[in-house]
Amino acid sequence: MMHRRNTAGERVTINIDGKNVEAVVGESVAAAVLAAGAGATRTTPVSGAPRAPYCMMGVCFECLMDIDGIPNRQACMVSVTPGMKIKRQAGARTVGGAS
Amino acid sequence: MSEQACDVVVIGAGPAGMRAAVTAANEGLSVTLIDEQTEAGGQIYRAVARVARTRPADLTLLGPEYAAGGDIVLELDAADITVLHGHTVWQISQDGTVWCSDGTKAKSITARFVIMASGAQERPVPVPGWTLPGVMTAGAAQILLKSAAMVPDGPVALYGSGPLLLLVADQLLSAGADIRVVAETTTFKDYLNAAPHLLGALPASKYLKKGIALRRHLKAAGVPIIKAPNGVSIEGTERATGLRIIGKHGQTFEAETILLQQGVVPNTQASWQLRLDHAWHAAQHYWYPTTDRFGATSLANVFIAGDGAGIFGAEAAAAAGALAGLGVAHAAGNISAAARDQKALPFIALHKKAAAIRPLLDHLFPPPAHILVPDDATIICRCEEITAGQVRDAAKLGAPGPNQLKAFLRAGMGPCQGRMCGLSVVEIMARAHGKSPAEIGAYRIRPPLKPLSLAELAAMDDDTPTP
Amino acid sequence: MPAPGAPRTFDVAVIGGGMIGPAVSLGLLERGLRVCILDEGDDVLRVARGNFGLIWFQGKGFGMPRYVEWTRRSAMLYADFAAELKDSTGVDIGHARPGGLELLLGEDELAHRQHYLGQIYQQGGGANYEVEFIDRKQVADMLPNVTLGEDVIGASYSPLDGHVNPLFLLRAMHTRFQQAGGTYLPHHRVSGVRKDGDAYTLDTEGGSVSAPKVVIAAGHGLKTLGPPLGLDIPIRPQRGHIMVTERAQPMLPMPISAFRQTVEGSIMLGVSAEEAGYDDTIDTATLHTIAARAKRTMPQLGNLNIVRTWAALRVLTPDKCPVYAESDSHPGIFGIASHSGVTLAAANAKVTAGWIAGDPPPPEFEAFTVERFHDAPA
Repeated sequence: MMHRRNTAGERVTINIDGKNVEAVVGESVAAAVLAAGAGATRTTPVSGAPRAPYCMMGVCFECLMDIDGIPNRQACMVSVTPGMKIKRQAGARTVGGAS
Repeated sequence: MSEQACDVVVIGAGPAGMRAAVTAANEGLSVTLIDEQTEAGGQIYRAVARVARTRPADLTLLGPEYAAGGDIVLELDAADITVLHGHTVWQISQDGTVWCSDGTKAKSITARFVIMASGAQERPVPVPGWTLPGVMTAGAAQILLKSAAMVPDGPVALYGSGPLLLLVADQLLSAGADIRVVAETTTFKDYLNAAPHLLGALPASKYLKKGIALRRHLKAAGVPIIKAPNGVSIEGTERATGLRIIGKHGQTFEAETILLQQGVVPNTQASWQLRLDHAWHAAQHYWYPTTDRFGATSLANVFIAGDGAGIFGAEAAAAAGALAGLGVAHAAGNISAAARDQKALPFIALHKKAAAIRPLLDHLFPPPAHILVPDDATIICRCEEITAGQVRDAAKLGAPGPNQLKAFLRAGMGPCQGRMCGLSVVEIMARAHGKSPAEIGAYRIRPPLKPLSLAELAAMDDDTPTP
Repeated sequence: MPAPGAPRTFDVAVIGGGMIGPAVSLGLLERGLRVCILDEGDDVLRVARGNFGLIWFQGKGFGMPRYVEWTRRSAMLYADFAAELKDSTGVDIGHARPGGLELLLGEDELAHRQHYLGQIYQQGGGANYEVEFIDRKQVADMLPNVTLGEDVIGASYSPLDGHVNPLFLLRAMHTRFQQAGGTYLPHHRVSGVRKDGDAYTLDTEGGSVSAPKVVIAAGHGLKTLGPPLGLDIPIRPQRGHIMVTERAQPMLPMPISAFRQTVEGSIMLGVSAEEAGYDDTIDTATLHTIAARAKRTMPQLGNLNIVRTWAALRVLTPDKCPVYAESDSHPGIFGIASHSGVTLAAANAKVTAGWIAGDPPPPEFEAFTVERFHDAPA
């Protein structure tokens, strides 16, 4: 869906749905996910419709993803860090076991 | 409670917030600047310091107006200001307490004065198919270009009106994107309505020249710029595949990325939550909190600077930031009214010059009717998947305004908290009841201004952060 | 056609479009009466919008067995009421009566709860009282997807407790009301009620309305509307906070007095009680208290996001029990005050409406008088 025209900057490896990909320090998770492949980043809890980042500035809440085990985080507001694990979400989030 | 105190809390590190913080600090006030992003610049100067450091050649692509933001970031770095990046403000109380969280633990900061510089958001553009993956705002594409040097793969189509539409098209073209079409909603009537404001815009003629140059450049590169006065619909099931122009000779343009833009509107979540006085902008169809030239609001201890108080653009926002900083310095007793007014003169002049273009733009690029009051089947609340038709039905049922509507339909109750549907709901209800938007009113905004986790809230009084 | 400016006439004018007014109105329409609901504008003190959605039996009616009976009666009528609304409007109000729990953290809370519910039982004179205490293990069995916090030692449980989506209930009642021919009049804040021949004329910001019977179900508005009409009911506001999370997969199979998962998946958290006059702004310290207790009770709620908060003002009488009264000095003027508009909606539609239409009052109403606040020894 997106490609980097310039990859200057420090690289990190992150994991998206089980697949390791490279990202650049300073990028948001949403940007890295868009660069890693096309398609939906979640399906809605209301109708199951596919959605992907819309505003990229923290307003629309379409880019909600599971980041390092915590669901429904705004991927456009979180910067990539080494080893980060990112998952697409299907429908409503789960409420995990006791923390 | 882990509470801090300071003279001024500034919210938002865009041009207005940065300049307000620097100005207040220079007048001897202790300042805390809270910003949601991880780096200063706001949306307009997004990542400007990092771009200058890691890929300076991109400054040419993004233009001198963008590069100029770097100077304000340098001023901010040099000033004696506590900057909290990556902190989200989720409540502001009328007494000047600001609650924020870094994602692990909520905390409060008490301030004698609050300067809100929360800027603007792009107007949501509800057209059929706008929720499909591949559809985003033109501003989103620009943020990707600035912050991640990213360019859309495959064919791109842009739709809407306004300065940002052509600017983003041109920047993406220069960055190698395959732009298939720019579809504009501006009509001949809009030109007629705008014509009386042309003379007044002359002090800001550089913006006019830039607009003409962008159009010429796109056309020279073979990008079709077409009229779409009746709107568009987006084709696709699992993701966007094309942009269809509605009308007798409507064509469909293949596109994997579709960028929407119908101007920007003030971010009023916090100003509504504070129950400040607001007014309705008739030409551009948005709410703005009413302020004086120093950004003073209907609450004595709350000031607003920049596009959050009405859309005037980045240069005007920086000037407004300086004015708000001076206004607060005077209200705090640090400078006399005479000193404030003296120091304000150059910023008032700058603001006036930069703002001169606005009446022309406001009338040339009004949001069209098909965006303000979409067809029944079009989704207006993306979170709860509520259509314009459902809003009309609720109005028929007697819902007098947005708040009862919310109770009936859950519109505005999802995670975006009404940011995407708020203006649409007002317009549709106003039309349904035969009233003006100002009579209909707005969603009542309550904390949290942005969602925060139960654990962050539960940990508020603790001294140990929760994981 | 009435002459221009003449008041519109109805059989019953109901003041208040919250939970009580529409419920009563539905019953009145069923009896063939012409009914209007007079409501205010969009952004007023609306108790009905701040509702938690519990249909709650356990713990209600301390000091007044008739209130226990009235609550039980409504809980039993609810399934039919919900089905009727769904059949007529298509709106599923999400009613369920899976039983409800009040979770108890520590021995002190258990002892206090045992004492309190024990007294309600005794006040009932040994009548059946459908509440029991269960231990931590039994709670855990009832909530298989929940890992209980270590302080949870047990719960009080009632099979009569249930819940409903209060916003859908409101919408369903309004939809049904208009379907059945009722007249909903928003922007009709009532400034005064005066006797006019055989009827009462209600003056409002939106014009006048005339009816021989008037039901004041106006929440805090009763405080000013009531006294000139012989209904001096000492109600006061009590603020309560609610927090609502984002949607989540089903986790709570039954309502718990401080938590409830809606049909949509949101978890509602409450419920506080503060004396704050008519100030309905959000108090952050209260939100913190609710969050901290929620996390202590069910730690897994910790990373759920809070999307909305609410503060609403309960309509509270001195004994926290309801008032259903017809004015002695102004026959035909009825006053209703209760903070349990959701729980009592079914009884209000099915029973209260009959009383207003002219049936003898149900036996419970002998306790819901205004006099009890004025005759009591000082």
